[in-house]
Amino acid sequence: MPAPSSVIAGMQFKDYYALLGVERSASQADIKRAYRKLARKFHPDVSKEPDAEARFKDVAEAYAALKDAEKRAAYDTLGDGTPKDQDFRPPPGWEGGFEFSERGPANGSSERSDFFEALFGRGRTRAGSPHFAGPATGSDQHARIQVDLRDCYQGARRSITLRTPTIAENGELTWQPRVLEVTIPKGIRDGQHLRLAGQGNAASEGGPAGDLYLEIALTPHPRFRIDGRDVYTDLPITPWEAALGTRVTVPVPDGSVELSVPPGSSSGRRLRLRGRGIPGNPVGDLYAVLGIVTPPAATEAAQTAYRELAAACADFNPRPP
Amino acid sequence: MSNSTLTAHGGIVVEHAVQFTLIELCRACHAEPVELLELVDEGVLLPSGDEPAQWRFDGALLQRARAAVRLTRDLELTPAGTAVVLDLLDEIAMLRTRLQRLTNAR
Repeated sequence: MPAPSSVIAGMQFKDYYALLGVERSASQADIKRAYRKLARKFHPDVSKEPDAEARFKDVAEAYAALKDAEKRAAYDTLGDGTPKDQDFRPPPGWEGGFEFSERGPANGSSERSDFFEALFGRGRTRAGSPHFAGPATGSDQHARIQVDLRDCYQGARRSITLRTPTIAENGELTWQPRVLEVTIPKGIRDGQHLRLAGQGNAASEGGPAGDLYLEIALTPHPRFRIDGRDVYTDLPITPWEAALGTRVTVPVPDGSVELSVPPGSSSGRRLRLRGRGIPGNPVGDLYAVLGIVTPPAATEAAQTAYRELAAACADFNPRPP
Repeated sequence: MSNSTLTAHGGIVVEHAVQFTLIELCRACHAEPVELLELVDEGVLLPSGDEPAQWRFDGALLQRARAAVRLTRDLELTPAGTAVVLDLLDEIAMLRTRLQRLTNAR
């Protein structure tokens, strides 16, 4: 076992009571209530709060430390009088003497901080299927990979760095960075997963390694909206372009395209560019949604033009009885 | 130790090309078989095949299965509670999609 001081020194003390919003004297029931309330609010699967994932991770870690009387007692001996927001150093004699095994992280959202692991150990991570016969398979690993719309159209290559737990020669468990070149196929969509067979965690005793799953997270685009494989974009046009028709150049995710606006178009009309949506089978379409923008009547000339238009279209009534 | 660089030539898209066995889905969700059996019982996950050994789960269920396992554990829900939450989340997603379509159509 490594000297705890070398593990813990230099990391920030976490005030688990503050994270749950309870007093240090809170009962176990209070702690449970506080956790459940915050978990419902910040659970990444239900919450739309912007920092939900990070908040939930903190809350889950605080609860993991405080719900167990033994762990809580261990934590309390450390917490007393430790100034917040300073590097945390364990008191003399702290030998990490509390051993816990617990259900380890199920996924990225419940990984523990270095502070937690230094206090309580890493625990036993739940290998995928401990109860099946045969050589144990390494556990599957999950990560998220951010792509943008252009990557969906064209495919991409990404270098990602994963942290893999490794047992060093002295028996110490360290996180080893591992760089992986990943090919993202074109046509990939938000929320889909790539599976890379055998690129998950190594097995402990010669079994096959687990798989790596990469969840695709699509960065929202300021100009394009996605619906399945279809892509929508707003196309502002002038009143005369709408009335008389025109050809315009429209930016699309993989370049730009010439589009003809038919005469007599109105706001909200959708012009379809067949097959210019996200690639796939079937390929999606791209829709340009017309929006008529009227110029301000800011000059004498513009006001005159509007008056002439009014005179020329005297029969037009946008509010028919 | 230096970083080890591995080149992976493209993974497969789970939603298109994968059918999970129960054991594979357990591994991918870091779940015990009993946890997924309960979710199948509750109708949260619908495999094809008659009995657990023959079950195949569509790759598109991975996201749902992982969310179900996370919610059950993290919010200390019963499988029935998880089913309700997932149904409501599905409904919210459907309404968001419809809202977006209405915005697109204007």
